[in-house]
Amino acid sequence: MASFVDLVFILVVVIDLFLLASSRLGAAIRTVAIQGALLAALPLLLVGEGHHLGHALLLAGGALAIKGAFIPWLMFRAIREASIRREMEPIVGFVPSMVLGGVGVALAFAFSSRLPLPSAGAHAFLVPTALSTVWAGLLLVVTRKKAVSQVLGFLVLENGVYVFGLLLSDVMPVMVEAGVLLDLFAAVFVMGIVMFHINREFSSLDTEKLSALKD
Amino acid sequence: MTPPMLLLRTLLHLAALLAVPPLLLGVVNRTKSIFAGRAGPPLLQPYFDLAKLLRKGAVYSRTTTWVFRAGPIVGLAAVASAGLLLSMGGAPAALSFAGDFVLFAYLLGLARFFTALAALDTGSAFEGMGAAREVTFASLAEPALFLCLLVLARATGTLSLSGMLGPALPGAWGTAAPALLLAAISLFVIALAENSRIPVDDPNTHLELTMIHEVMVLDHGGPDLAFILYGAALKLFLFGAILSRLVLGRGDGALAAEALFFLGVAVFAVAVGVVESVMARLRIVRVPQLLVGASVLSVFALVLLLR
Repeated sequence: MASFVDLVFILVVVIDLFLLASSRLGAAIRTVAIQGALLAALPLLLVGEGHHLGHALLLAGGALAIKGAFIPWLMFRAIREASIRREMEPIVGFVPSMVLGGVGVALAFAFSSRLPLPSAGAHAFLVPTALSTVWAGLLLVVTRKKAVSQVLGFLVLENGVYVFGLLLSDVMPVMVEAGVLLDLFAAVFVMGIVMFHINREFSSLDTEKLSALKD
Repeated sequence: MTPPMLLLRTLLHLAALLAVPPLLLGVVNRTKSIFAGRAGPPLLQPYFDLAKLLRKGAVYSRTTTWVFRAGPIVGLAAVASAGLLLSMGGAPAALSFAGDFVLFAYLLGLARFFTALAALDTGSAFEGMGAAREVTFASLAEPALFLCLLVLARATGTLSLSGMLGPALPGAWGTAAPALLLAAISLFVIALAENSRIPVDDPNTHLELTMIHEVMVLDHGGPDLAFILYGAALKLFLFGAILSRLVLGRGDGALAAEALFFLGVAVFAVAVGVVESVMARLRIVRVPQLLVGASVLSVFALVLLLR
């Protein structure tokens, strides 16, 4: 079982690296959905003795429904309506962003054990995976031009925060987690509407053009 | 095992190293033709091709020097010597010492260097372009290869190829399975790139704009071309051998070990064929991305081992 959890964490990190390198939005959305589904399995895999199984089940179910199914569906709808297929020119190229992602992952794995966190008893890969996923999401948000890719970056960032939250899942009440998931859902929903409007007004989803707006 | 037996098995391995590689190309082609719904050439077709080429004479341009003639010979000799460093099946490698993986990588590098040099020696701009592309991609594939071998060295605690792919491997799979799996995936990508297979290069195409490896050997004919084709098959076999040993380890008992090894190499050839059938070739600007991705994966594997 332990090595299976290892594999899930490592797959999550590999997906981060893949997202940094992929230019096809459809594939990227599908990959984010897979990452969400993997993360949904984590609470169930990590639940130990004396923990609330019901809590874990609720968390996993909510994450699977929202991260693995509903948000990807919304995103696919968004790229269909905006009829874009790929990120053409990111601000930082795909190879440099992948290398930056790799450096971030290496640093996360090297230094996470020195952080003053309540990580006693937690899985050894939990904190580094969370940090690398947050870093990858941040990179995606900062270095992509298309609004859809930025939303994907935000999702990855949130996935990282979710992994971090697993560290505290014993102390964290269900309501807080539900609130976080709802927050994410609302954010993506609003972004979808905003994207739709940007696309209708400017016939492009390139956020660079928004910076150059004048009266 | 008594010394005469060991010698016999080593000799048998060397014979296999020399005899099997073209069959591997046959398996790849057969897999591709099954995917395409064709009958395909016979499995032994590469042997017939090589025999045909060896019977022919060679034509040399007056503008070429000895480098052009040395290219195929040095290339084949270097790849074959690299094969001596690999242990196949149950018996140890014919040659092994601490740090021999560096020699392995650079023997492959030497083969590539001479092929590129022979291509440049023809003075054709076209072949020069091919050499430039090959060397560019090789410079990205080599760090990835070294990182993979470093992962293996770290996981098994030995510095020789026979040790890395030897008895310590099952134990390493027990403790560091994720890192070894990442290294194996990365190594497969490197194998595709180093052997000029799809998605990096298409060994069957003769479209000028996109050829990489084939363009360098256009001016070779007859026995020289046979050496080059045979060397390429040998190189594919070497990568198949490493991957087979890495993923399957070795079985108990002499016969089981041999069977497992050749089964692994065959599966590798089928996998190459499947990849060639289901994937399109990448655009040339995308190839570095793939190779850097392989390097990043192996860096990640190394980080997993070092923490």
